[in-house]
Amino acid sequence: MAKHETPLLDQLESGPWPSFVSDLKQEAASRAKNEKGVEFQTPVDAVEDLLGVLELSYKHGRTHWKHGGIVGVFGYGGGVIGRYCDQPEMFPGVAHFHTMRISQPAGKYYTTEYLKQLCDLWEFRGSGITNMHGSTGDIIFIGTSTPQLEEIFYELTHTFNQDLGGSGSNLRTPSDCIGSSRCEYACYDTQAICHELTNEYQDELHRPAFPYKFKFKFDGCPNCCVASIARSDMSFIGTWKDDIRIDQEAVKAYVAGEIPSNAGAHAGRDWGPFDIQKEVVGLCPTGCMRYEGGKLEINTPECTRCMHCINVMPRALRIGNDRGLSILVGAKAPILDGAQMGSLLVPFIKVEEPYDEIKAVIESIWDWWMEEGKNRERLGELIKRQGFQALLTATGIKAVPQHVIEPRSNPYIFWKEDEVEGGWERDVTEYRKYHQR
Amino acid sequence: MDKDAARKIIVDGLTKKLKTKSKFYLKDFYKMLPDEKNKDIKNLVNLMVREEILEYWSSGSTTMIGLKGKGKQAAAEDEN
Repeated sequence: MAKHETPLLDQLESGPWPSFVSDLKQEAASRAKNEKGVEFQTPVDAVEDLLGVLELSYKHGRTHWKHGGIVGVFGYGGGVIGRYCDQPEMFPGVAHFHTMRISQPAGKYYTTEYLKQLCDLWEFRGSGITNMHGSTGDIIFIGTSTPQLEEIFYELTHTFNQDLGGSGSNLRTPSDCIGSSRCEYACYDTQAICHELTNEYQDELHRPAFPYKFKFKFDGCPNCCVASIARSDMSFIGTWKDDIRIDQEAVKAYVAGEIPSNAGAHAGRDWGPFDIQKEVVGLCPTGCMRYEGGKLEINTPECTRCMHCINVMPRALRIGNDRGLSILVGAKAPILDGAQMGSLLVPFIKVEEPYDEIKAVIESIWDWWMEEGKNRERLGELIKRQGFQALLTATGIKAVPQHVIEPRSNPYIFWKEDEVEGGWERDVTEYRKYHQR
Repeated sequence: MDKDAARKIIVDGLTKKLKTKSKFYLKDFYKMLPDEKNKDIKNLVNLMVREEILEYWSSGSTTMIGLKGKGKQAAAEDEN
């Protein structure tokens, strides 16, 4: 018998999709049963109360959570987010219900044994509820009380060699795709650089240094599986400079229907025979391809590396060999000033350890943003407020045509006063001699 | 400026404002020590947290900093 009646939540279980309500009920039942005899350090009925407070929020159409707090682990300014329920008498199990962010391993690789150990720790010291994974990529532990925080942190760092992630005005846990470990499209080793920069910038990750949050994300290719271009202040996207490698025999095999397009991803329905003209050449955004006389040609200078042709015919087309990454800056979700995609800052840079050139770009951006950024102003908003040119000046990067989004709509490349003969000052009397008012 | 003098300016500055405010943005500390580099002030503020002179307050998205033990405290944060 459930502790709280939850008719509105029950309704959410009726759809065709897996429901978080069912998951929560399962966890509530498991804690009530306690087959493993765990000495719960968070109230056993915390999940029941969580369901109860959520039902009440749906009923009232408002939240019953209070946001933020002084909670944290010693010396860290991030990784723990205080949460308190404003109906503690009705729902004592969630009166103090803090969130912990656990830094995800690069590429989110871990063993099932490790996951089980993490879950056992959380069952013991927390509510048992996790979010795999949060938007920034962290493993999220939802719901524990202040006295448990240091205990969990000690166990994580000493037994599991596991750190907390970033929150607050910190560098957030850097996030990457699986990269060259399993993906042939990866133009650089995303996990290597993600790991290196995570270690390099430990101070920024754990101790607040910035006007607001700052996110790095690493995508191995322009397919952008981590969506870095939309979600990170600095987005590192793999790319290449030379030609897409074409295997003309494999192209013919695709055309003949011997190899399924998109690696068979659209096999659930009969789409008719593969049409290279319609499905590849005709969909190229820059029109840089042609297929004539059984031969596919790509005009590389016109190619934007959109990945479409490679995705459709992965056995015939492969990324080029002269590989590196592009750096885009300023993407963000719509909290203050509307959502923004990243703007291209560095069109191409080689990815070579110890990544000094990349670190130099990062640090020059941080210096500028820490100096000029207002409280709670994301990098993208600062770029919008001061202009892209200010960013170029701060980073010492020369304006190049790739910075221009499209001809005649460039809002940010302007002449500076010292670049113009005579500057901005003029003699008005002299001017009036030749021009009437 | 030596660290102890900077510490004193920060503690005095925060104490003076306690009546109206107990949590501050990092940038507020930059204004207290205009001649110092922002990075040095950031490092000092974080050191003062480790020394338990200051403490962090975080909403989850933004971090603020105040004198340890002043303003609303963790034990009372669930009270209105």
